[in-house]
Amino acid sequence: MTLAAAIKTGDVSQLPSRRDEDWRWTDLRGLIRSLPPRYEPKAGHGAFAIVRDDELYRSPFEATRQVTVLNGGICGLGLREAAPLVFDKHDPVVLLDVQTLGDISEVTALKITVPAGLSAVLLESHVGQGRYVTSLSLDIVVEAGGSLERVLLAEDDPEGVSIVDATVDLAPGATFSQTILTFGGRRQRIETHITHPGQGAAVRLDGVYLLRDQRHADLTTVVTHGGRDGTTSQLTKGVVRDQARGVFQGRIVVEGGADGTEARMGHHALILSDKAEVDAKPELLIFADDVQCAHGNTVGALDEAAIFYARQRGMPEDVARAMLTEAFVGEVVDRIGHEGAREIARAWVSAQLGTAE
Amino acid sequence: MGPPGSAKGRPEDKLWNKSDDDGICEFPGPMTSMLSITNLHATVGEKQILNGLTLEVPAGEVHAIMGPNGAGKSTLSYVLTGRSGYEVTQGTATLNGEDLLALAPDERAARGVFLSFQYPLEIPGVPALTFIRTALNAQRKARGEAEISAPEFLKKARATATALKIDFDMLKRALNVGFSGGEKKRMEIFQMAMLEPRFLILDETDSGLDIDALKIVAAGVNALRGPERGMLVITHYQRLLDYIKPDRVHVLSAGRIVASGGPELALQLEAEGYDKYVQVAA
Repeated sequence: MTLAAAIKTGDVSQLPSRRDEDWRWTDLRGLIRSLPPRYEPKAGHGAFAIVRDDELYRSPFEATRQVTVLNGGICGLGLREAAPLVFDKHDPVVLLDVQTLGDISEVTALKITVPAGLSAVLLESHVGQGRYVTSLSLDIVVEAGGSLERVLLAEDDPEGVSIVDATVDLAPGATFSQTILTFGGRRQRIETHITHPGQGAAVRLDGVYLLRDQRHADLTTVVTHGGRDGTTSQLTKGVVRDQARGVFQGRIVVEGGADGTEARMGHHALILSDKAEVDAKPELLIFADDVQCAHGNTVGALDEAAIFYARQRGMPEDVARAMLTEAFVGEVVDRIGHEGAREIARAWVSAQLGTAE
Repeated sequence: MGPPGSAKGRPEDKLWNKSDDDGICEFPGPMTSMLSITNLHATVGEKQILNGLTLEVPAGEVHAIMGPNGAGKSTLSYVLTGRSGYEVTQGTATLNGEDLLALAPDERAARGVFLSFQYPLEIPGVPALTFIRTALNAQRKARGEAEISAPEFLKKARATATALKIDFDMLKRALNVGFSGGEKKRMEIFQMAMLEPRFLILDETDSGLDIDALKIVAAGVNALRGPERGMLVITHYQRLLDYIKPDRVHVLSAGRIVASGGPELALQLEAEGYDKYVQVAA
């Protein structure tokens, strides 16, 4: 029961539905009556044929190497279609630019490898226009002692349905850091599954969702600690208003024998209207004895006492609320390691919250 | 309730709550008051806290408000600054003739009203300097003044921090987050010095301060004394008034000013307690 299977077969009964426990808050079966047609590029044109160059979206991220996924087709610099993306030391920063234009269904899979000992950055921007249904799967391998920072900025169409799932396989001593920033879609789910070997491997798993209108975003993560002495630090924050819905499902599994695991999970959301909704399911499943694991989960409104304090100092109410909301989210943005990406993320948050100068 | 007999024989005391609830109280003070409060009644929830409070603070003067727990001291500070949940049911409060109660909290701040909070709030994620600069520029904008430039702001912040013995690096940290009680109070005075308000309300500024911090804070407050500024110093104890010398001392009990006098009234309260004033108000 996956979106990819449904798109490949055209059979909507294969869509995940609310009967699947993991999909109860992101029901696709109930939403999608029929799938839009798959995009078929004309022979010899490649995927870019459907749009003129000036219609292409410009990612806010910059990198010397770019891989574009346009309507399911992969067009990379020096890459053949469907070839794996392997980082190399000459271009450790790669922009993965995912664009979907039109009322189409698409399934895409991409394999990404960070060789042993290399520090790499994957900047991903996802943008869509239209009533599309897409499934993108990333299969990421970080080899021993390698590190990957993934920063994903998702800007889907309010009518677009998008599922992104990444499986991350870490070798001992490898590092994976991730920050997802999204303003949601008609239905949107960004899933990350991490196989964590411990043995010095470290994971940071962050997210920010800022939702308005009737947008929906679902950040689902599963981290499985299979070896000793691994760390996971997870922090997700959301701000929802209007009739938007945010979903956070975080699961950390510590398998038997994975002693010395340190895992922290935090999810905090602000609900700024009566009709907005946040559904959160933090889970720690611990089968080892000697571990330090904790999770914190809060959903609430802005602190009215803090707003009064700021107003007493002279800030009008809207300024005070925007400042406190931005600060709330800022804690996650500050954790982004790549400086350029961090500044872009900060500006993006300001723009979404209406606090940009 | 009539003027209590217990106050007789102390000519310095003035009892100007005439105490019938409908009566506007006569005030014997100067006509050029900066803060003027007349017959103020206020409720918090269902509870009546201020009960016909009348007070005049002229420019250039420091007035102390003392009183027992539950007298309405903090409520007075919140009513004057416009905190929601504190509802004025009767009476007036003006600053330089302008109706304070009709203004939003930030508008009052822009007119120069500053409250040093008894329990300063923690503002996670907002560096102290960012917070204060945002506040200062918002006030300036409201007054039609130009924004302060970054170098000018930083220069002033450095000088002020040095005077208040505040480590400048602390100002780069999130405001009040993880600060000790004394550090928070010092940050209140720092903000006060940066914002240069015209009317200061200090709510229990001495609580949580050791004697060295108290001296620093008091020096910071005294530096702001001037002919154009008024201050209302709310305190339980006389100790703070050793360092911030008031021109007048008022006793607040059950939501009204029940006695007023010179600085010596504070000493007398320290010696005798509030008991008789609680009875007065009852």
